[in-house]
Amino acid sequence: MAVTSAGATRDGNAPARPRKNRTFLVLNIISIVAGIAIWWGLSLAGLQFPTPAEVVSAAWKMIQDGTLATDVGASLGRVLAGFALGSVAAVIVGFVMGWYTVARGLFEPWIQFFRTIPPLAMLPLVLVLMGIGESPKIFVIFLAAFLSCVISTYQGVVNVDKTLINAARVLGAGDGTIFRRVVVPASTPFILVGMRVGLGSAWGTLVAAELLAAQAGLGHRMQSAQLYYDLPTIFVGIIAIGVLGLIMDRLLMIAGNKLTAWQENR
Amino acid sequence: MSTPKISVRDVQKVFPVGKEPFVALGGVSLDIADNEFVTVVGPSGCGKSTLLNILAGLEQPTGGTALVDGKPVTGPGPERGVIFQQYALFPWLTVRENVEFGMRTAKVPKAERRERAEHFIRLVGLEQFADALPKTLSGGMKQRCAIARAYAVNPSILLMDEPFGALDALTRVRLQEQLLETWSKERRTVMFITHDVDEAVFLANRVVVMAARPGRIAEIIDVDLPYPRDEDMRLSPEFGALRNRVWHAVYHQRQIKEPAK
Repeated sequence: MAVTSAGATRDGNAPARPRKNRTFLVLNIISIVAGIAIWWGLSLAGLQFPTPAEVVSAAWKMIQDGTLATDVGASLGRVLAGFALGSVAAVIVGFVMGWYTVARGLFEPWIQFFRTIPPLAMLPLVLVLMGIGESPKIFVIFLAAFLSCVISTYQGVVNVDKTLINAARVLGAGDGTIFRRVVVPASTPFILVGMRVGLGSAWGTLVAAELLAAQAGLGHRMQSAQLYYDLPTIFVGIIAIGVLGLIMDRLLMIAGNKLTAWQENR
Repeated sequence: MSTPKISVRDVQKVFPVGKEPFVALGGVSLDIADNEFVTVVGPSGCGKSTLLNILAGLEQPTGGTALVDGKPVTGPGPERGVIFQQYALFPWLTVRENVEFGMRTAKVPKAERRERAEHFIRLVGLEQFADALPKTLSGGMKQRCAIARAYAVNPSILLMDEPFGALDALTRVRLQEQLLETWSKERRTVMFITHDVDEAVFLANRVVVMAARPGRIAEIIDVDLPYPRDEDMRLSPEFGALRNRVWHAVYHQRQIKEPAK
């Protein structure tokens, strides 16, 4: 009795949100379980899929002999290096473009041009110029992250509320102070959105780059499994890519929410 | 009286819009004495905000000069505090950090900064919200924070651009009374733009009534009601008579035909 009434009070006082979230979570779990069940059913019914059990045992084997860790390490290393370089460059170039009209005029046509080219389309050229080591892959990922993030940063700088800049000016702030203490924080939400898009784009480019030219990495593993008709390994690769991408996106989102907690939610 | 605190001499502002330029200010002259509270009221398009922005140094006049302490205005400066209608608080800074912004720019040592911020936050009654972010404040509280922020750099002039325009009627009346109270403790020269006739009369030593097309001063009305002013004053017949005069000056303006080109 006491328990029920306490529960009722809590439900009554709590905003609708947590409850809605719980229903949402339950639906998520039902959906995932159902998806795996359908997959299992299809593979038992004679489709050329490995069963979830076979995929799990393939994954276990790859974990035990260390290949999964090596592949994940190789892939993550490339994507993080390319993404970090691309984001830093995008933020710098985006700020310069937003702040100086001359820079905007000089950079814009090139960025717009390269944005229409999928970074992977540059891979043949990059492979010829940079060889088959790590640098061409990192460079292509860098390009993907940079091009996704730079326009967003630039938009963020251009969109900074003019009133805030005026408010800083009448409080005695010079250009440097306005840049550091107004433009940078005000455009942070835009930069974070750009980084999330950039990360997705970098991840996609990475796997494709590894399919074409690599000695290790998730893409490479799947490519060689294809030769031996090793479907469970391909599934492990696909799932690992999806899970890692999701985790990285969520981490970036959490970091972003922390950094922009001041925003009014409209 | 010695040199006026603010002196506007035949200031013009013409915006090139299409073929026919828009005359926002067609030669405005106005002197404001030290520690005077002047309100400027007029229909939209009369150039009252343009006049304020010129004094703030955010816009340049196309003709004439604006003088502060006898020196021409060339840009924004810490001796002129500005309060905007949209509050313009930095949303990523707390109330205290907002109030300290100008002092940090001026490299005021930390201890002194703290103390002065504390003083002005208390003056506008926000001490319980010193560490709150602007998004958690109501409109009236945001504007009080903006007033504290402007005061904190110790300007001798406050330029206020329809600061209470976005607030509900009740909050507006309360903030008017608080502003006068703050002003009585911390005297400054104030130029206050509004489109609310009641507000203009209640706050001011003098009400400047402007007219549009071209933007110009139509009439200047002295408000010789004593401070402190309160609710009773607002309901008094003297106040009513002044309000009617200002109302008449604002809403029954004779139209000047712009010279045809």
